Amino acid sequence: MSALVKLIDVSKRYGHAAALHPTNLSIERGKTTVLIGPSGCGKSTLLRLIIRLIEPDSGRIDFAGEPISPDNIDSLRRRIGYVIQEGGLFPHLTARANVLLMARHVGKSQEEMQTRLREMCELTRFSGNLLPRYPVELSGGQRQRVSLMRALMLSPELLLLDEPLGALDPLVRASLQNDLKEIFARLGHAVLFVTHDLAEAIYFGDEIVLMNEGRIVQKGTVSDLRERPADAFVSEFINAQRGIATV
Amino acid sequence: MNRIRKAGKEEIVGSGNQESRNWDSSILFFLVFWLPDFLLIFSCVPIFLIHSASAAPAVIGSKKFTESYVLGEIAKHVLSDAGIPVEHRQGMGGTIILWQALRGGQIDAYPEYTGTITQEILKRGDASSLEQIRESLATFGVGMTEPLGFNNTYALVMRRSEAQRLGVRTISDLRKHPGLKIGLTHEFLDRQDGWQPLRERYALPQQNVIGIDHALGYSALANRSIDVKDAYSTDAKIEQNDLVVLQDDLQFFSKYEAVFLFRQSTRPDAIAALRRLEGTLDERRMIRLNAEAERTKNYTNAADLYFNVGAPRPSGHSGPSHFGESFPHKLARWTLRHLQLAGFSLLLSVIFGIPLGIVASRGGPIGQAILGFASIVQTIPSLALLALLVPLPFFGISVRTAIAALFLYGLLPIVRNTASGLQDIPRSLRESAIALGLSPRTRLWEIYLPMASRSILSGIKTSAVINVGAATLAALIGAGGLGEPILSGLNLNDHVTILQGAIPAALLALLVQWFFDLLDRVLIPQGLRL
Repeated sequence: MSALVKLIDVSKRYGHAAALHPTNLSIERGKTTVLIGPSGCGKSTLLRLIIRLIEPDSGRIDFAGEPISPDNIDSLRRRIGYVIQEGGLFPHLTARANVLLMARHVGKSQEEMQTRLREMCELTRFSGNLLPRYPVELSGGQRQRVSLMRALMLSPELLLLDEPLGALDPLVRASLQNDLKEIFARLGHAVLFVTHDLAEAIYFGDEIVLMNEGRIVQKGTVSDLRERPADAFVSEFINAQRGIATV
Repeated sequence: MNRIRKAGKEEIVGSGNQESRNWDSSILFFLVFWLPDFLLIFSCVPIFLIHSASAAPAVIGSKKFTESYVLGEIAKHVLSDAGIPVEHRQGMGGTIILWQALRGGQIDAYPEYTGTITQEILKRGDASSLEQIRESLATFGVGMTEPLGFNNTYALVMRRSEAQRLGVRTISDLRKHPGLKIGLTHEFLDRQDGWQPLRERYALPQQNVIGIDHALGYSALANRSIDVKDAYSTDAKIEQNDLVVLQDDLQFFSKYEAVFLFRQSTRPDAIAALRRLEGTLDERRMIRLNAEAERTKNYTNAADLYFNVGAPRPSGHSGPSHFGESFPHKLARWTLRHLQLAGFSLLLSVIFGIPLGIVASRGGPIGQAILGFASIVQTIPSLALLALLVPLPFFGISVRTAIAALFLYGLLPIVRNTASGLQDIPRSLRESAIALGLSPRTRLWEIYLPMASRSILSGIKTSAVINVGAATLAALIGAGGLGEPILSGLNLNDHVTILQGAIPAALLALLVQWFFDLLDRVLIPQGLRL
């Protein structure tokens, strides 16, 4: 497995505050990498730098061996799926229109889109009867499933998820966690998953990347983090969530 | 991994069916959005044709009071008797508007008074001879007839009963009664030979001075809201309302001999026809014509009295004369013109307002400048905005000016609502649109504008209602509409005529409101209305 995304000395400042110190990271194909850390640690910044919602101040990000630049970003974005906490569905479009938005934009045929839409509904366990509904008519969990379908519609190579389950109640969250893990396994995409919940990180992460104050503190499996903490912060973070992290 | 990339490639090849459907929906959005306005443009076309096509008739203007209307009608009559095609634009406004219109060539002649010419137009304090006035006017390319025969000077008037009770006969006598309430026309308040110098000359102590429309002032006088007002010495109301003219014992008021001012480039036979009126109208006769005009509300008939024609003349063998029109026909004409003014200006506000709002929504100095400009325009009173546009080249006394003023007026609500509607879109949704890889154009048309549609439409609705209301002012510069009956009703103190304009204007505003409420249901995407 080779690296799909490579961050090379990437940094970002907001005014005087460094949101991300110069950072190196590889995201491997076929693996789920989880970014975890307290609020404001730079994990969302890192994700947003990859999809270029913000410009890095220094460094370079390569996607499939090609540096991401303003020139190629639009075509690269179509190879990346992006799901955020509240789903980011457009309220004036139905679930169906939200999912098909990009496919229509790039000129897919009607049959192709219908086939893909059926596949997606089946994959995300979303009832086709709900497709004509508007986002306000759907529950939080249903909205996240639609958002996931939208992200997966064009068969992206990379899936970015920014706390996708953060706003859901525990039961819905648990069932969606199961479904998500199954989906990741079936598709074999590179996945970058941001969360602040250690249990979730352990559940999904092939590799866990712990961040604090704009830096990556430690990378590895959960046992690496637990048994060989890089510094005091790592043990503190692991211990703070231990009650639920005894997976 | 190859599997996925290959699949991705295959799926990019598409037939484009959906693209066209996509277009259909935006065309529909566009059509429904704009169609009503396009219809209005087309209905506007005839206005401009009327203004450019007819073989340039001589145009007589008149100020916004009875005597000026009557003199205008007399001039129209005498010109058309001489076989000259002629049009009378009634009640265009005050001195400056008529003077600018004359210099700008929108009118060829209008009745004026010598005192007004020296004080207001030439801005001279001293009493000039007719020859001196004529020489000064010539430098502007304007000529002046000999006096028509009567002196319509300014005067102060009171109720006869009140004047007798207080023993007031002269303006000097007012000094003894500082409590009297004085109501003056706005023009008199500001004139160089008006209230300020008059008060200084007579050392008048009255503090309670208000500005009031000339015709409304007579009602105010009758119901004792005011005790003293300014008037013209040939005003028919003086007799009708049992008022007395206070004697100008210090000879403050200059002479206001009626003349016609005309452009020297006006066709010579028209000037010759106007000159036939010189020395033919004395005060007594003018008062009678004024009284007749106010009694019958028919200026053409009053003017005919001058020519000793008893019966009403069949109207309009030259130029549009609307006196013989039936009420429904008049109402339809006013309403149609009103809709044209409001609709065409609204269309312009939308065409310019939405793009400006989009730019303004991005903030920065340019965005600030746009919102600032639109706000400043909004703070200018609509009347002042009209007056500011009139002296500009291309505008003048025309429908164009009215539409331009209404357009500027309608701009702010649209710009502001477009900008705020776009700015209110949550950042997460903007970023989702970007992260999906939609092009900036698609983001704007398919995501941002539909999401801001409620706010944009409510801005357009506000503009539409403002424009329907403000379009009544267009009548001040002769652009017509429902302001026409309101204005002449105000001038004649005739409530029925005022209501003939005011009620349809109010109904129209309601109708516009209702129409846009309906439009909301069509244009605001369903998902935003749940």
